[in-house]
Amino acid sequence: MNMNTTESPLRSDLEIIQSWVPEGSQILDLGCGEGELLAYLKSHKQCQGYGLEIHPDSLLSCVAKGINVIEHDLDNGLRHFKDGSVDTVVMTQALQAVRRPDLLLDEMLRVGKEAIITFPNFGYWRTRFYLMSKGKMPMSKTLPYNWYDTPNIHMCTFRDFEKLCQDKGLSILDRTVVDSNHQQRLAIKLWPNLLGEIAIYRVTR
Amino acid sequence: MPKDIPSDSVGIVTPQLAQFNEPLTLRSGKVLNNYELVYETYGTLNAEKSNAVLICHALSGHHHAAGFHSEEDKKPGWWDSCIGPGKVIDTNVFFVVCLNNLGGCHGSTGPTSINPDTGEAWGGEFPMVRVRDWVESQARLADYLGIETFAAVIGGSLGGMQALRWSIQYPDRLKYCAVIASAPKLSAQNIAFNEVARSAIMKDPEFHDGFYLKHNTLPKSGLMQARMLAHLTYLSDDGMGEKFGRELQTEEIQYDFKPEFQVESYLHYQGEKFSTTFDANTYLLMTKALDYFDPAQYYENDLAKCLSHAQCKFFVVSFTSDWRFSPERSEEIVDALVEADKDVTYACIESEKGHDAFLIPIPRYIQLFRAYMQRVARELAL
Repeated sequence: MNMNTTESPLRSDLEIIQSWVPEGSQILDLGCGEGELLAYLKSHKQCQGYGLEIHPDSLLSCVAKGINVIEHDLDNGLRHFKDGSVDTVVMTQALQAVRRPDLLLDEMLRVGKEAIITFPNFGYWRTRFYLMSKGKMPMSKTLPYNWYDTPNIHMCTFRDFEKLCQDKGLSILDRTVVDSNHQQRLAIKLWPNLLGEIAIYRVTR
Repeated sequence: MPKDIPSDSVGIVTPQLAQFNEPLTLRSGKVLNNYELVYETYGTLNAEKSNAVLICHALSGHHHAAGFHSEEDKKPGWWDSCIGPGKVIDTNVFFVVCLNNLGGCHGSTGPTSINPDTGEAWGGEFPMVRVRDWVESQARLADYLGIETFAAVIGGSLGGMQALRWSIQYPDRLKYCAVIASAPKLSAQNIAFNEVARSAIMKDPEFHDGFYLKHNTLPKSGLMQARMLAHLTYLSDDGMGEKFGRELQTEEIQYDFKPEFQVESYLHYQGEKFSTTFDANTYLLMTKALDYFDPAQYYENDLAKCLSHAQCKFFVVSFTSDWRFSPERSEEIVDALVEADKDVTYACIESEKGHDAFLIPIPRYIQLFRAYMQRVARELAL
């Protein structure tokens, strides 16, 4: 039997990401959190890789899990890694929190052949409605911070992100849009920029 | 066990002496026909001999890493904060070996030992030893103790260089390697500091080309200067500011050149203590071993190529205020390990304690180090 029955199921956005990662690939996980994705890819798909993390508690969890984690601030680029040294660079929910998302995207595709990126959609209808009706910076389950203490300094919509990819000449290989419970629904597929809360993109150069 | 020895201490320990009669050819080409190594062990070697951990000491360190030599001992071994039952390097799990390196002055063969060719102390004639020579002698000690493979080789500073050297010199004899507050080689500034220290010792009129024992004297003043200087490089500006500030020893300034500020008297105290307990020739040798360390130089100065020979997993730690071996120096090691596709975990610990931080039980450092050692034990099924 392959599956470890005591293991808790993978978060659904990570489930989608892992399905896009080929067996045995080299992975770099930017802002790897507690290392759930890397641990899963290591044990289920024989992937090798490193996680970059800056938060002490998350880093400690990775060490306890036996994940290769490197303390590093993503705002300093990816200088630990040489050009084309990994297959896939993953970054979940961190794009909007870095100082220069555009430069980091360049870095991701310098180091990796592909990049998988997830971020919250600022064009989500509830966010739009919140701003329109209250006239205040939107707060929600996905965006739980005040405007002055939020780590999310570069919010964007799906359309913004796709424009960035277009400007950079990147190809979008896969795109999935989910709600805050990471569920995919038909209506979201039809009007992603309005109804999707979280985007998952797979891009390459 | 005496009541004032804490329960998480390894307790009273007795140093052991191992005699080696197989000649050791040093990197310099010189040969030591026979030599002794003094060492201590803590914990129990398991039946599979799979739980041994080697601790490599730094410049002024020695074999006494944990526990007490007697009930009257005021201070425990130099890394007692990390070694003991239930501690980071848990002696309930691991069998810990720590030795005094060749050329040392705490019981292993070194400049104060008798040179069999002359019947007198080696003094200034003791051959230069390099990090690889230490690793070679440590491997022979492992053979002597029946240890084929170390679960981990661990060291801070110059000790970290030995651990790193182990990973390429005996790649199949260690499973994990912890390199703490270290560097893949010294910078020009590091070498310069060492040279000022050596110069202070060698210019001392009592040095006598290293044969001071023959003259019944010690180059105390030179060694004291050397230590005061080195000690400065182990601390940070913020750390010293916090510890001493501009506090005076007396109520008011005295308009003389005696130590007035508390930081001055601290340095004098440290220097003086060291100058009577440490051997000047050993100090010279240790600083030279540091200067010469540069394993990548034999691999076209490509550290990744050099470390590609390693088979173990690595744990690398640095400290923010360490300017002797700054975080960037540790990151050079990390970058090379990543390039060589090695397993590596790296953390940079926030601390104002400077280079000395690696010996201080800083909570985050201890937590991570403990989690890593628990991983080692788990993955090796200890």
